[in-house]
Amino acid sequence: MKRESLLAALGALALVVCAWAVPWLKFVLTIALAKGIAVLGILLLLRAGQVSFGHSMFLALGAYTMAFLAPMEDEVLLLLPAAALIAAGFGLVIGLFLVRYRDIFFGMLNLAFAMVLYSLLEKLYAITKGTDGIRVAALSFAGTEPERGTQEWIVFGIALGLAILFGLLVRFYLASPMGRALAGIKTRETRLEFMGVPARRVLLFAYVLSALMGGVGGALVAMTTRHVTPQIAYWTASGELVFIAILGGAGSALGPFLGATAFELVRVYAAAAVADAWQMILGGVLLVVILFAPGGVWGLLSRRWRA
Amino acid sequence: MGTWFAENSLLLGLALLDGLANAALVFMVAVGLNLVFGVLRIVNVAHGSLFAIGAYTAASIGLFFAARGLPPWMGYVALVLAAVAIGAVLGPLIERLLLRRIYGHEDVLQLLVTFALFMILEDVQKLVWGVQPVSQDAPLRFLGTVDIPFGEDVIPFTAYQLFVLPGIALVTLLGLAWFLRRTLTGRVIVAVTTDKEAATAMGIDAARITLLTFSFGAGLAALGGALASPTLALVPGIGAQTIVLSFAVVATAGLGQIEGAALTALLIGLGRSIAVYFAPEFEVVVPYLIMVAVLLVRPQGLFGVIETRRV
Repeated sequence: MKRESLLAALGALALVVCAWAVPWLKFVLTIALAKGIAVLGILLLLRAGQVSFGHSMFLALGAYTMAFLAPMEDEVLLLLPAAALIAAGFGLVIGLFLVRYRDIFFGMLNLAFAMVLYSLLEKLYAITKGTDGIRVAALSFAGTEPERGTQEWIVFGIALGLAILFGLLVRFYLASPMGRALAGIKTRETRLEFMGVPARRVLLFAYVLSALMGGVGGALVAMTTRHVTPQIAYWTASGELVFIAILGGAGSALGPFLGATAFELVRVYAAAAVADAWQMILGGVLLVVILFAPGGVWGLLSRRWRA
Repeated sequence: MGTWFAENSLLLGLALLDGLANAALVFMVAVGLNLVFGVLRIVNVAHGSLFAIGAYTAASIGLFFAARGLPPWMGYVALVLAAVAIGAVLGPLIERLLLRRIYGHEDVLQLLVTFALFMILEDVQKLVWGVQPVSQDAPLRFLGTVDIPFGEDVIPFTAYQLFVLPGIALVTLLGLAWFLRRTLTGRVIVAVTTDKEAATAMGIDAARITLLTFSFGAGLAALGGALASPTLALVPGIGAQTIVLSFAVVATAGLGQIEGAALTALLIGLGRSIAVYFAPEFEVVVPYLIMVAVLLVRPQGLFGVIETRRV
């Protein structure tokens, strides 16, 4: 546990140093942190043995909330919570329905909702500008409107701060009775209910929390890229989130961030090296990880300590 | 209401015809996905890529035949050749080299292996066939069109989409039902689907059945793609579109029933094409709305069987 905190601190420091030393990496690392926060949500559901193949919808909700509200209210300190709340609210509404289903049905229903959102974003051109997407208007931070360079650092800082906050929250939650009950859903749900634990409510809580983190991740992505398109909600984007969860390792709250950083770096370098085959390289990396290191990056690290 | 039908009979007729052709294609892909899931217990995300590769291969072979000056009916041979080639080559390759290593692992890992495969195949497809649209319509032109009277209007519709696509889907459905229920190999597949352990204990070689089923499913997906190739321009992304649609069909139908998959494919195919003509913005949404509505009432799917909960 102590080692985990130490590694988290070292990792945060390494990110700051990298972002400072290689300026263009700051963008990549901010996206990685944002996706890492969203993947924390996937991690919660994986504890319950459930795979959401539509989690990109919460990123899209967060990102589009940001894009829609920014022209009316430019204060990030208000916009971020708004994005989180809207995603969480939506998560609660469909969660009430989704927690009745398990396994393939759970995964496919998530996919269905994400695809509905995706096509609405794409087709309702009058509102969403379709595949052109929406430019995120200028933002202000605690009343100030810093110049571009400073602003990039601020967004990076917010992402890092929220990553640490949510990482701690998830660690705390997974250690609590509610979090422990998630594992019960994975092994034998009926036993949970015999003990008087309402399995659906346990899963619903995790689902809403994961939706909230998805919304925050999406809002951060929108703040970084300054442009949102429906592509963020497409099912392959959801697949990427599950990919990152497995790449990082589902054993620790650090996993999503390790995974997201590795994923984004591989993506950037693969796209630079072979423009037409970066997906192939990512797929290859995923296969190697699953076949030879099923615990992910985190699993590799923690095994080394134990040995 | 009566006047609405009178005014829109032409559109409605077109929607029904299109829906039928569409449903036939969706069925071919979904039934393979269902079969593979039954035996392997893996939701094969790469199933859509097999559809796409089948379509591209069929188009390539078809265009090659045409360039050689072979008679137009050879276009149909090209379709079948493509499906058989994909089923017999890619199927065993994927099952043996990849899937076999991860049986018994966590569901998530199995799902992701096929997702990784999907990503790889998607790029392979772009590298081989490029990103420009590929199309062949020789099989479509060969049979010409049929004039269908609808009220006072006459709709010219391609005979290929009217007879060939639904016909092959129907033959597949009946053939598959006969194969699974009346032949030894088919019954063995059903046995492995129902209870793999018990089937293995009876002396069934589950590994062989798995290989067979996966290759067969891959061939069906490729056949679906090959049949679709004359009716659409092939572009990157058709695999991704197809697989989410078949997911919707499989989840709506529930697992295991092939007749159920056929009816659901029809329901979703018709629903989608009606949306295409009357509310084009919602074309993509309709299959999922149907799926959500069905699962709301029947959580195990239209034709799924409720499983007993283990303690």
